[in-house]
Amino acid sequence: MLHLTLFSIFGLICVAGAINLLVQRHPINSALSLVVVMGSLAAEYLLLGAEFVAAIQVIVYAGAVMVLFIFVIMLLNAGEEERTRGSRVAVLFGVPGMLIGSLLVAWVLVEHSGTQAVAPGALPGPPKTIGWLLFHDYLLPFEITSVLVLIAIMGAVVLASPPQSIQQKREG
Amino acid sequence: MVPLSYYLVLSGILFACGVTGFLIKRNIISIFLSIELMLNGVNLSFVAFAAQWKALSGQVFVFFVMVVAAAEAAVGLAIIIAVYRTRETLNVDQVNLLKL
Repeated sequence: MLHLTLFSIFGLICVAGAINLLVQRHPINSALSLVVVMGSLAAEYLLLGAEFVAAIQVIVYAGAVMVLFIFVIMLLNAGEEERTRGSRVAVLFGVPGMLIGSLLVAWVLVEHSGTQAVAPGALPGPPKTIGWLLFHDYLLPFEITSVLVLIAIMGAVVLASPPQSIQQKREG
Repeated sequence: MVPLSYYLVLSGILFACGVTGFLIKRNIISIFLSIELMLNGVNLSFVAFAAQWKALSGQVFVFFVMVVAAAEAAVGLAIIIAVYRTRETLNVDQVNLLKL
């Protein structure tokens, strides 16, 4: 019962943050509501027993990635976005269609999927076990992601550095 | 005890919010934030299925998804800076030429 209560509380915070992300017009407000979503998702991971994932969710996602986002928003001095009016067909057919479709999917998932209840902390994911898996069974993917991150760093530096003409102007 | 389906529905809601934001937002940074929201929704279903099938591989995959998302954020934000430098706008409606 306590598990369900905690799940509902953090799930509601999560959905509220996601909807706030859509409603807010200033990117910095959207970014901060995404931090709320990520924090409550970390709590959901803890409820599932995934301690390692919850920790890196907070450290990497809510910490590093969001700081990068907020840096860029402030660097570019992004203002409020202009609203454009969508097509009327999309509102007439898209919104009811999406509602019906998602309700159908939710109904099938809840009533007819035959899934069992997940106990709190059902599958403890201690960092030791995850690390063993990562450096034993998944060693090759791990090494490939390290190459990917290296390429991403170099790509980011190349893309974000000012173009040649501006550099020459600064030097000369 | 929470059924697995509740977690899947929550993950679906988050993913749907991400898709909606991707479609209706006009600011390029907000669109990027919506993509991150979609990735988070997928991560939740990974962890929920890992708990359901008693397989820790699901959590290792979440780790990989996070690494790829971080790399994507770094490159994507660099692209946004480059776009802003040449076009002086963040509105995707005004970014409609491949070459200036």
